[in-house]
Amino acid sequence: MLNGIPINYYIMLSAVLFIIGAVGVMARRNAIIVFMCIELMLNAVNLLLVAFSTLHNDASGQVFVFFIMAVAAAEVAVGLAILAMVYRNFKSIDIDLLSRLKN
Amino acid sequence: MIKLVALIPLFPLLGFLINGFFGKKINKGLSGAIASIAVLASFVIALIIFFELEHSELKSHTVNLFSWINSDTLKIPFEFLVDPLSSWFLLIITGIGFLIHIYSIGYMHNDEGFARFFTYLNLFVFFMLLLVLGNNYLIMFVGWEGVGLCSYLLIGFWFKNTAYNNAAKKAFIMNRIGDLGFLLGIILIFVTFGSITYGEVFSIASGGNEHTITAIALLLFIGAMGKSAQLPLYTWLPDAMAGPTPVSALIHAATMVTAGIYMIVRSNVFYSISEEASHVVAVIGVATALFAATIGLFQNDIKKVLAYSTVSQLGLMFLGLGVHAYSSSVFHVTTHAFFKALLFLGAGSVIHAMGGEQDMRKMGGLKKALPITFVTMLIGTIAISGIPPFSGFFSKDEILAHTYEHSPVLWFFGQIASMLTAFYMFRLLYLTFYRKFRGTHEQEHHLHESPKSMTIPLIVLAILSVVGGLLGLPEFWNLPNWMHHHLDPIIIHKSPSILNHDKEWMLMAIAVFAAGATIFFAYMVYIKNKVLPEANDEKLTGIKKLIYNKYYVDELYDAVIRKPLDIISVFFYKFMDLQIVDGIVNGVGSTVKGISSVVRKAQTGHIGLYIFSMVIGIILILFYSFIK
Repeated sequence: MLNGIPINYYIMLSAVLFIIGAVGVMARRNAIIVFMCIELMLNAVNLLLVAFSTLHNDASGQVFVFFIMAVAAAEVAVGLAILAMVYRNFKSIDIDLLSRLKN
Repeated sequence: MIKLVALIPLFPLLGFLINGFFGKKINKGLSGAIASIAVLASFVIALIIFFELEHSELKSHTVNLFSWINSDTLKIPFEFLVDPLSSWFLLIITGIGFLIHIYSIGYMHNDEGFARFFTYLNLFVFFMLLLVLGNNYLIMFVGWEGVGLCSYLLIGFWFKNTAYNNAAKKAFIMNRIGDLGFLLGIILIFVTFGSITYGEVFSIASGGNEHTITAIALLLFIGAMGKSAQLPLYTWLPDAMAGPTPVSALIHAATMVTAGIYMIVRSNVFYSISEEASHVVAVIGVATALFAATIGLFQNDIKKVLAYSTVSQLGLMFLGLGVHAYSSSVFHVTTHAFFKALLFLGAGSVIHAMGGEQDMRKMGGLKKALPITFVTMLIGTIAISGIPPFSGFFSKDEILAHTYEHSPVLWFFGQIASMLTAFYMFRLLYLTFYRKFRGTHEQEHHLHESPKSMTIPLIVLAILSVVGGLLGLPEFWNLPNWMHHHLDPIIIHKSPSILNHDKEWMLMAIAVFAAGATIFFAYMVYIKNKVLPEANDEKLTGIKKLIYNKYYVDELYDAVIRKPLDIISVFFYKFMDLQIVDGIVNGVGSTVKGISSVVRKAQTGHIGLYIFSMVIGIILILFYSFIK
């Protein structure tokens, strides 16, 4: 028990957050929103890791969370840089425009 | 001193490297001098070793340089063998080689490929020395292939001329046919005796199966046929005259073409055991001698006459080998090297004076303009015709006497061949040096004796051609036959002469009388009756036409071998290659292209679609792992 809240609640919450994120990535065309949705999915996983870490009294789950945060920060930095370049070229951040890369 | 034998091939190799790498940077005089001195140095060492061997009790020395091939059962050391046979060949190769190097300095002085010429020439001498020095068949084979390569390079020396290039290719390919036989022979020797070192093989050869030994002997002989231009692989040698004349003298008369004889004398134990193989050698030898001699009768190119004469003389040497007269054959190799090198160099001197003209119909009367060349060539012609006491008489007589012991029929044909030799050689002499000059005025004005560097080798070779007979005086005159004694240790099965003295006298008398009569006949035809060969080749008829066209052997090979090969090649190219092979390859390509043009439609480039399919995929995988 984590402060009286059952673990199932945490799982549910994180599943809902993850699905919102995934649907957002799939459905939205604005690159900024897609990015935010990716962050949402990562943080859903973080939440789950922290919850189970506390449940099992094992700190390694929390260590992973730090790693994920660091990697996510790096990824955002690179991703936003790419977006900045895309915007500079297309004057838009609609990701469907990137299909030009296929050629 | 015998340990120094490794230096003998080393000097020409060094000469080859120096001229090969720096030939263009140094001047002509220096590059000619380097090449000649390299061969001279080898000659000096060969002489020292020769005399040391002569005074030594032990007649066979091996000098191990390094272990060459060393695998499970195949152990081949890189060894040189110094024995009476190899030491004698060393002297011939380096001695005549040196004279021809000197001659080439004069002959090639205007050629732009001067250094290249000496590079090849030194490389040739190196490989030829390797061939005779090796203590096993593999080293001999390396030398064998090497001299073939140099022969190719030197025949095609003037590579801008397509006909010369074709002649070079012809020589190389013909030789390759023989080489295959030689290689198979070596492999069979290894399989049968477990070794290819001479000493080991020969000591156990007597115990071998006779059929296997016959097979070995015949395979080796096929190699000799190619290299020494015997029927049916002789056609390359006349074409090889495309090379510069010193090359014809050194490679295609004095040394390389005698490699086949060296190889058979070296392997004499096989031929002594196998009578069948010896018989084949003798019959092919005499057939070649006769065949080539008849072709020589009607040739008009001065070098072609000498080329057919070489083929014919080589045939006589093989006749000697076939009747187990090994030392006589080596004796004839020696005297032939003297007088044939002399004749070729003399012909080179004539061609030099005529400004490149080789057709005897346009020569004549050169006696006055080229006195030294005339006298030396006269000596060479007398020597090859077998007039005593010149060298050719003794060696030819020895071979023919041994042949008579074996089979009077073979002797008869051999005798006819040597008569024909006397005829065409004097025909050459009369047409070239006697009567009136038949060339242009310009050529007549240009006529001159060759420079000293060319005439001195001629004089030296002429002296050798006169006295060379002393090496093998007939034994029944109670004179020492030095050659016979010298080579005695390497002949494993000896066959003593069974002819009585009356018979030998009779054979000798017949030979001299026949040669004399033929020379007189040639005199009557070409000097008294002033016959000239037809200026127009088309007018010839009947047998003359057949012989003038060399029995159409080249055309026959063309029709029987080359044409069918061409047809098969065209079939394989048009049908097998273009239709089947290319069809499969292109079919695979177009199939892949077709499939991918369907599949590529899935790649739309819409990121949303990619992510959607990825998520669907993950869900499916999760779903699958849950229900399992």
